This record gives sequence, C-alpha cells and structure tokens, in this order.
Amino acid sequence: MIRLFATADYDFIKWRRWAYGLTAAIIIPGFSLFLVRGLNYSIEFTGGTLIQVQTAQPVGAERIRGALDAAGIRDAEIQQFGGPNDYVIRARIGTAGTTAEGTTEATAAAVDSALARSLGPPPAAFTIVRTEAVGPKVGRELQGKAFLAIFFSFIVTLVYLAFRFEWRFGLAAVLATFHDILTTIAFIRYLDLEVSLVVVGAVLTMVGYSLNDTIIIFDRVRENLRKFRRQNLYEILNLSINETLPRSVLTHGTTMATTIALVFLAGEVLRPFALVMTFAIFTGTFSSIYIAAPLLMYIEKRWPGEDARGARMFRRAAADAPASPPASPPPAGGAGGSGGAGGARSKAAV
Amino acid sequence: MFLTIRSRLFAVGILLALSIWALIPTNVTQRVRDPATGRMKDTTVRRVPINLGLDLQGGIHLALEVDQSKGPVPDCADAIQRAARVVRTRIDEFGTTEPVVQIQGRCRLIVELAGEKDPARAKGIIQRTAFLEFRITDMQNKFRDALPEIDKALRLAGVKTAGQGAAAASVTQLFGADTTKAKAKTPKGKPAPKDTSEANAPGALSSLLFQGQLPGEYLVPEENVPVAESLLARQEVQRLVPRGIELKWGTEVLSRAGRSYRTFYAVEDRPIITGEELQDAKALRDPLTNQSVVTFTLSRRGGRIFERETGRHVNDYMAIILDGRVVGQPPVIKSQIGQRGQIELGAKPLQDAQDLALVLKAGALPAPLTIIEERTIGPSLGQDSIKDGIRAGVVGVALVILIMVGYYRVSGMLAVAALGLYVVFTLAGLAGLGFTLTLPGLAGLVLSVGIAVDANVLIFERIREELQHDKLVRTAVDEGFKHAMSAIIDSNVSTALTAFILYLVGTGPVQGFAITLIIGIAASMITAIFVVRTFYMLWLDRRPDMVTLSV
Repeated sequence: MIRLFATADYDFIKWRRWAYGLTAAIIIPGFSLFLVRGLNYSIEFTGGTLIQVQTAQPVGAERIRGALDAAGIRDAEIQQFGGPNDYVIRARIGTAGTTAEGTTEATAAAVDSALARSLGPPPAAFTIVRTEAVGPKVGRELQGKAFLAIFFSFIVTLVYLAFRFEWRFGLAAVLATFHDILTTIAFIRYLDLEVSLVVVGAVLTMVGYSLNDTIIIFDRVRENLRKFRRQNLYEILNLSINETLPRSVLTHGTTMATTIALVFLAGEVLRPFALVMTFAIFTGTFSSIYIAAPLLMYIEKRWPGEDARGARMFRRAAADAPASPPASPPPAGGAGGSGGAGGARSKAAV
Repeated sequence: MFLTIRSRLFAVGILLALSIWALIPTNVTQRVRDPATGRMKDTTVRRVPINLGLDLQGGIHLALEVDQSKGPVPDCADAIQRAARVVRTRIDEFGTTEPVVQIQGRCRLIVELAGEKDPARAKGIIQRTAFLEFRITDMQNKFRDALPEIDKALRLAGVKTAGQGAAAASVTQLFGADTTKAKAKTPKGKPAPKDTSEANAPGALSSLLFQGQLPGEYLVPEENVPVAESLLARQEVQRLVPRGIELKWGTEVLSRAGRSYRTFYAVEDRPIITGEELQDAKALRDPLTNQSVVTFTLSRRGGRIFERETGRHVNDYMAIILDGRVVGQPPVIKSQIGQRGQIELGAKPLQDAQDLALVLKAGALPAPLTIIEERTIGPSLGQDSIKDGIRAGVVGVALVILIMVGYYRVSGMLAVAALGLYVVFTLAGLAGLGFTLTLPGLAGLVLSVGIAVDANVLIFERIREELQHDKLVRTAVDEGFKHAMSAIIDSNVSTALTAFILYLVGTGPVQGFAITLIIGIAASMITAIFVVRTFYMLWLDRRPDMVTLSV
C-alpha cells in the first residue's frame, strides 16, 4: 500500500510569514503591472475586428504585418494561432461609438486585399477562416458581470458558511479566495494571457475550487475543535492541515493531471483556460493552507468566539510553551498533532 | 442511508437505465438546406441527443439590441420579449437545428444559429420588420375547386405523383365529421362542392393534401412537406391558384393517429387588418367559462376598419399571419368586433394564450433591432477543438484511473467503476435536460472528473484513518463514509452555488461551463456517496470475514 504523508506532522502555520512574503512578491509586481498596463483582453472585451487567416505557406507574422502596414492598417496585432500557417489578425476599431457592422466588413475587406497584394490571390495563397466583429459595449457589460458574479458568489459563500460553520470561517475563506483572485490576475498578467470569456470562466471556477479546498480543511478544523478541547487554534489548524494532507496531495494531483493534460493537448483555444486552471489549483491549495488558516487565527484573535481559543496563543504549545502570551492557560500537554491520538478528553459539542 | 443492498442496487439500476434511455440515439428531424436546390428540406438523422454548441459545430452568433438611437424605448424588457418571439418564429423558417434565442440583460437578444454558414441571410431574416395581418380563410373553397386543374397542369408538366398512391382522389377527407360541422356554422360557404370520386387519376398535389377542420385548412403529412413546397413553388401551380387567394403555411404541427401533419392554409389575399393597428394584447383566463382568452385592443382607425370587416365576415374564420406564416388555428368570427376583441382558445392552457398574445404584440414591434455583435465560426475550428478536447479528456481520465488504482488498489477500482457511471450520468443529464455542450463545457466536464475523484479520495482517506485506529473493516467503512460526508457536502454545495451564480450572471459559454459543472457535481455526489457505498456493501457482504481492506 502506498501511503503519502500518512504521519505528516509539519508546522505549516509557522511558515505563514514566509508565505505572506512569497504571495506579496507575486501579487504586488503583478498587480501593479496590471494597474499600469491592464490585461490583454480578447476581442470580446475590446471590440474590433478579428480575422483568422490560413496561408498556404508558413509566411511568418512579419510578412503579414508588412502587408497590412503597406495597406494602411496600422496597430494591428498579428499572432500565430496554432499551426505555422494560421494567423489571427486583430484590428481594433478606434472610436467606441461606431456600429460594428460596416466597419468590420470594411476592415475584413481591407485585410483581404492587403494580403492578396502581398501573398497572392485568395484561394491559393491564403483563406480567411473567420471574421468576428464585436462592439466594445458587450465587453464593458461582460466585465461588469464578471465582477458582479464574483461579488455575489462571495456573499452567498459568506451566508452559506455562516450557516454551516460560523461567520469567522466564512470571512477567512472569502478573504483567502480574494487573495487567489489577486494572484490569478498577477499570473495572467505575467504570462500576458489573453483574457477571453472562457478565461473569465476559469477565474470564476478558481473561486469555486479554492473555496472547495478551504472548506475541506475548515471542515476538519470544525471537527477537531469539538474533539480536542484543550488544544489551541494554532495546534488545531496544524493538526487539521496535516490530517487532510494525503487527501490534498491526491486530489490536487489528479485534478492537476487533468488540467495539465488540457494545457498540452486541448489546443490553442483552450490553452489560456487550462493554464489559468492549473495555476488556480496551485494557488487554491496554497491559500487554503497559508492564507485561510492563519487568517482564521487572526480573526479569532481580533473577534474572539465563545471559547476564545484563538486568542490564547499563536505558537505551537509543545515547542514554544514559555514564549506564549501571559493570558494563556497552561498549555495542553504535548499532544503534538498527528493521528489525533492524544488530547481527546472532553466530548462536549460546541 | 440504511437501505438494503437490494434496494440500493435497484436504485442504481434505475438511474443507469434512465441515463442510457436518455442517451439512446434517436431520430431527430432536422430542417436543412438542400445544397442542390437551395430549398429547405427535412432530413431525419439518427444521433445521440446531445446538442453541440455553436463553437463545436460552427455557425453564427448574433447579438441584437433594441435600437434606441431614434429616441428611448420606454419598456425595453417588454420590447425585447416581443422581439424574441418574432425572431424565434423566423428562425423556425430558417431551419437551423437547436437555435438559441436568448434574452440577455434588459435590452439584448442573443441569437445563435449552430451549423448555419450564411451570415447575410441570417441577418436579413432577423432584422426584417415583423408583419402581422389578419386574413379571412378561403371560405368558398376556391382553392380546393381549382385543385383538379392544378393536378392536370402538373401532369402535363410531367410531374409524377409523389404522395401515397392509395389516396387516388382529390383532397382526402381526413376528418369528415369535423368539416361538415365547420360548414354548418358557415352559411356563406358553398355546400360541399366536389365529390372525391370525381378526379380520375391521382393528383400530384391533391394527393398530398388532407382537408382540415375548417374551410381553407389543409394538412400535409410531415414527410410530404418538402414535396408539397416544391410543387407549390412551380409556375404552373402559382398561375392556377384562384384569384384573390393566397397560400400560406401554418406554424402548427398536428399529430393524428401517430402521424404528424403540417397545417397549410388558403387565405384571401387581402388582409382585413394589419399589425400596425394593433395596440395591445393580453392573455387571461375567463373566470366564468374557465377558458383561455386573448383580448386585444386596436387603434381608433383600426377599430373602425375591423368593425366593418368583421361585420361582413361573421362566422368566417380569420387566420392570424405573422411574417407570412399562419400562427395557430384560425379562430371563428362570432360577431361584429370593434376596437376591442377577444380570441377564445377554449380549453387550451393559458400558456398558449400567452404565446398568442405575444405573437399579436410582436407584430407591432415597437422598435427595430440593431446587430451589435456578429461572429461567424468556421466549423473546422470546432472540429479541431472537439478532437483536441476529446484527446485531452481521454488522457486526463487515463491519468486519473492510473493514480486512483495505483494508490487505492481495489477501492480505487471501485472508484473508477463509479467514475464510469459518473460520466454516463453527466452526459445523460446534459442530454435529458436539453443543454448544449460547448467547448468550455467540455473543459468543465474534464475538470469535474477531477472534482468527482475528490469525493472518493476524501472517503478513502477517512477509511484509512479509521483503519489506522484499529477499527474493524466494516466499522471503518461506515465511519469513513459518515465522517467524510460533511466535507463532501459543504465543499460541493459551495462550488455548486458558485457555478449557479455563474449560470445566472454569465453568458453563453460561461453558462455552458457552469451547467456541466453543476450537473457534474450532482452526478459526483450521487456516485461517490451512494454508488461507491453500494459497491462496498456488496463487497463486504461477499467477504464478511475480511480483515484487511484494500484501500
């Protein structure tokens, strides 16, 4: 029988400050870059004309750019799309007010004639696979909707967790998820991924996934809080993370296996989605352990609950008993964490 | 929870049977454009009833908005609802499979035509202004009287009888009793003019038509509609259609004795009134008679015209024609009607009345629609994507199986078997509920396989923990399931809630993703909690003395 981390006893919470540092190192530059330069929104958000061209020979993006520049279609983005013969040309329509229809057809026709002049007559040298016209208005509304969806999902999660757990857990979970949104935006910015509707969907799924993972750990915390009355929150959190560690490794391993399969095999269209999903699993796992759990501790310290266990101490009792704050009662014996073997003295429910 | 193994197996069996039933390939009638003639025709395809979305099949995506450039439209939501109705009717004429006509936000309409390749034609049909008119049906049966002539002309033109040869007559009286009753109510109609035996040879056109329940109504068996359409389009037929009569297809499909018929009407060429005069229409249920009723209000001018016309046509049938198609069954004019009138639908459900009210209002479309987004997606792109998606899915699932069986051994195999059921349930859910599978949906499916595994992992890890505490195998399994339950439920419910909000707030592709995720979560809860538990029970039942569990 293969058993991974079955007797894990790591002090995860001890490393929280390092984790904050790491996450800040990811978020701050990435988010500043995002604030300065924004994201590479897909045509759905910016509005404009997208033309996909398939050429007979791999001509190279430079040649297409040259052809378009010669015809006066400037500021167009040219991107290889999948194979060496497929290109996506993006010409953004300047003014927001113009209706898409006429301009799109004009742009498509201009691109067509520009390419014909440079590469040769259409059917033999190249074909226009698709033309998309998008009004920027759609984009603005969609952006609003995405934020609205996240906002609503936070509220629903808070309510649900307040109902099933306690509001402190809900707040910690939502803040950790918010952290994941920030890191994911930074990730998208670093890789300069194109933000399409599907990527927005991936970010929103990440919200669900991260919550899912946090709740699995919190569920164990809830259980252990009932089981071990004498241990402080620091210990309980560590114990719970360690106890759920085999599950975390297995589940994230399998899920990551499927998303990595998507990254490599699902093609150009789904790659940004798959990349964001893969990162989402990473950040969701990270935040459940290093953000949500310590946050729960801080929240408990600030607004203590009935038994005020979180306020008592911030260190592992067995290791640092002398350093614990004066307010704390005598530390619960060296229960040490794993296996749940010790400390189960009281069985009163919270 | 404490069901017997037998009843558990029974429940699993029923679920599986239902799923397979939902996935059995069925005959789907599609209206497609014949590449040779350019006409619409019906073809029957046998396929698994999962709808492929626009992205997987290729097609056209249009976003329409109420045009407010010439002044604001007061009730945008109402206007867009009317527009959706009109567009839907028109797309039926268009013949796309599984069209999506969706109201988005307050003032926007999304139209998706999967498999359609001609954007100009699509735009033309959608943007054309709706035209509603009321016309009296062919009360004197002029068209029926002209049928022998038409048949003769067709025979001369060399058209072979295409319909069923058995009906070697002119219009067959399919519902004899009903027709006479209808005629008794219409003193103006001539007494039944032609005996069926009069025609000496099977008529090319008349053999396709059956007399309907009222004068001027005919029924065409669904399979003969394309033939009838092509015959009616011929010049010799058009020339012989009696003066003052026009032929219109209906939107209704009736089924009688296991066959379905398309309605077809001969109506007067002059409308008694058009939708321009119509101001409002409402559906309600008459509290006295408990009948569904549509009341409508005309303009002052329209009321005067209508009063005059209906006075002349008491007891005649009035066809409601939207964009050249007769909507529903023509109602009879009971008495003179002025500015306000009502259409009685009898025992039909209120929904029908609401639909009709919408059609009436839609004719007077208050604002034109402008296209704000248009996308044409080449089907080749979809082909590639579906291939890649399937490949990625297969590899992903293979990895999951490898990890699960490698790590959890026999229990892992149980989980993999349950995973197979999970995939069947999810696909059946998509097919059964009529949702469309899109590319993000495919991704959601692959992802939810991963999430489905999580539930099993949670349970197995719990069982391992319990075994570690030296519990008996049977107790460990019971406790493992019991303790994993709260984590599974809480995590899945919160993910499902998020997906639900995605569905509510999101648009097309995001919704597709959310739907597969929601169905996937539901299916994973069923398989992980119920099916795997049943497998365990079976296993432990066979080996009651088991000391070490392969987990």
